[in-house]
Amino acid sequence: MTETHADYRLSQLDELEAESIHIFREVAAEFEKPVLMFSGGKDSIVMMRLAEKAFYPAKIPFPVLQVDTGYDFPEVLETRDNWVNRLGVRLIVASVEDAIKNGVVVDDGKTSRNRLQIGTLLNAIEEEGFTAAFGGGRRDEEKARAKERVYSHRDDFGQWDPKMQRPELWSLYNGRIHGGEHMRIFPLSNWTELDIWHYIGREGIEIPNIYFSHRRRVFERDGMLLSESEHNPTKSGETVEERTVRFRTVGDLTLTGCVESEAATIPEIIDEIAIARVTERGATRGDDRFSEAAMEDRKREGYF
Amino acid sequence: MDLLRFATAGSVDDGKSTLIGRLLLDSKAIFEDQLEAVETTSKSRGYDYTDLALLTDGLRSEREQGITIDVAYRYFATPTRKFIIADTPGHVQYTRNMVTGASTADLGLVLVDARQGLTEQSRRHAVILSLLRVPHLVLAVNKMDLVDYDQAVYDRIHEEFTAFATKLNIPDLEIIPISALKGDNVVTRSEHMPWYDGSSLMHHLEHVHVASDRDLVDARFPVQYVVRPKSDEFHDYRGYAGQVAGGVLKPGDDVLVLPSGMTSKIAGIDLFDKEITEAYPPMSVTVRLEDDVDVSRGDMICRPQNAPKPSQDIDAMICWMTNEPLKPRQKLAIKHTTRTGRALIKDIQYRLDVNSLHRDQDTKELALNEIGRVQLRTTVPLLCDPYSKNRTTGSFILIDEATGVTVGAGMINNAS
Repeated sequence: MTETHADYRLSQLDELEAESIHIFREVAAEFEKPVLMFSGGKDSIVMMRLAEKAFYPAKIPFPVLQVDTGYDFPEVLETRDNWVNRLGVRLIVASVEDAIKNGVVVDDGKTSRNRLQIGTLLNAIEEEGFTAAFGGGRRDEEKARAKERVYSHRDDFGQWDPKMQRPELWSLYNGRIHGGEHMRIFPLSNWTELDIWHYIGREGIEIPNIYFSHRRRVFERDGMLLSESEHNPTKSGETVEERTVRFRTVGDLTLTGCVESEAATIPEIIDEIAIARVTERGATRGDDRFSEAAMEDRKREGYF
Repeated sequence: MDLLRFATAGSVDDGKSTLIGRLLLDSKAIFEDQLEAVETTSKSRGYDYTDLALLTDGLRSEREQGITIDVAYRYFATPTRKFIIADTPGHVQYTRNMVTGASTADLGLVLVDARQGLTEQSRRHAVILSLLRVPHLVLAVNKMDLVDYDQAVYDRIHEEFTAFATKLNIPDLEIIPISALKGDNVVTRSEHMPWYDGSSLMHHLEHVHVASDRDLVDARFPVQYVVRPKSDEFHDYRGYAGQVAGGVLKPGDDVLVLPSGMTSKIAGIDLFDKEITEAYPPMSVTVRLEDDVDVSRGDMICRPQNAPKPSQDIDAMICWMTNEPLKPRQKLAIKHTTRTGRALIKDIQYRLDVNSLHRDQDTKELALNEIGRVQLRTTVPLLCDPYSKNRTTGSFILIDEATGVTVGAGMINNAS
């Protein structure tokens, strides 16, 4: 048997883990049809790990949903498949391509794939009748998220109304919804980027290898380094060159920039972040840069 | 490294946002792009200095109005501790936000402006923190630079607040003279106040002893979820998953299951794929029992000689959180630990004036943001303790059954 701490005090990672596991179990007990939104990124992988622990030795009692932008990194899809196969959970893929074909969302050539995910996601939630959707959002990511609840209520249109948020006290979560509405659940609300990395390191779990330093053919656009790809043709004046880089977030590859980095292990990544002077979203997510309130606008519409 | 959750309340004028901005900056929790965005906004509004308050005002509607209307959570870490700040607005119309922020806090931070001394607002904050049984309180006497770092000013506030605090439940009180703007006694001890021999605010936050705040005596384990794998490998596995709310559970312990009253022994405690020797708050574990007793969500595992009394008649302090006032005879849904039922408001005994502690027995309703003593009758027995003994088994929320909205927060005085 494993000895626990003698001073009856948990480390910050153990306390965060205990809180998140409590949230997973609460949702599984109170909601009819939960689903876990899985992007293959590091935050959603930590969610998978916590869900695995919450129900062990039983399997995770809900499916996972991935919104496929069509522009995802192949390395990320591979990691996703490894996780899904190891845990034996059902994977539902909601494709932005299909949503465009079926007229669920409109690709006007100006709207980013990240933005088109919103309609695709809401459609998938409605079609499958999910009543709760776990997301990997953290309150430290962005100002609009700092006030998000763990249980975030969404109306019939999947919208978030920041002024109508329910008070959330102690660890007593209110999961009441009406027909047609659903709840977004954020079990990682109190984790920071550093907590996530320390936890991945401690647990020794698989994440996509593009998070680690590697050689890649990239070009510069709007101050960001983007990966060379058939989905992202270079414009005049943009030149492709090979550099040593890594990704700090994974998303639509036409918008997700990488940073030059030699960090090839988790301790090296932690060191790099500890001295980094720019938040992860600010550095590498084109979709958050359009306006100061960009995130708040997308959240109102039903973004993750 | 462990975790400390603290709550702050304050308004635009008392320097709370400046103080939080400084804690975040000095612990490197604020990044260049966030600081740049704030500098740009400050300039575009014609301010003479960078308004650190803009760092903590999250939603656009709030930024436009220049006020903080909700609870914002902030994070920073030093080499010894990770901190979660629940940052709430200070005015009386945001009492419900303060109550929300304080509900999970280990420590409360109240600010006063040294020039003004104790105000109605600072007293109210202390009252709310005390009602919510936040075990540690720090009174930061801010803007000491504007009173020439005068010890007499600090002493006067110290004396007045200590006298006031005797009426409250504050087990641990620290009063620190600071200047959030100049950085005096925020992270490092100030050279301007040699008469002050206590620690800086950051040092206090890093070292305040919170290990003994949790109840490690009275075993309380609300069952959240029953784990039944139904797989070949774990064919007969039946575990009760939950988060320990009190006491220390060990394999071999005799246990009592409420409300059924059945007894058994703990066969084992699982934390994921490991068996552990003991479980204590706030660990999320899975408990296996030796006997095949019927246990389900909403039940409570405790010790035969030390159990909460199941009760349907509850006496509690309630903070009302919605526009339509609370009235006697009203019916609501109630959630307590993992139990859900319905509650009838039998009587509103008094309304507590959170500024003066006066008990107003003439009012028979509670309006938005008001706190009062209420008698309830529940459809299911609650397996509860007084809130003063256990903040988890002593608290509940009230939900409007029509809208589904959380409308009240309750702290149990007594159950009979």
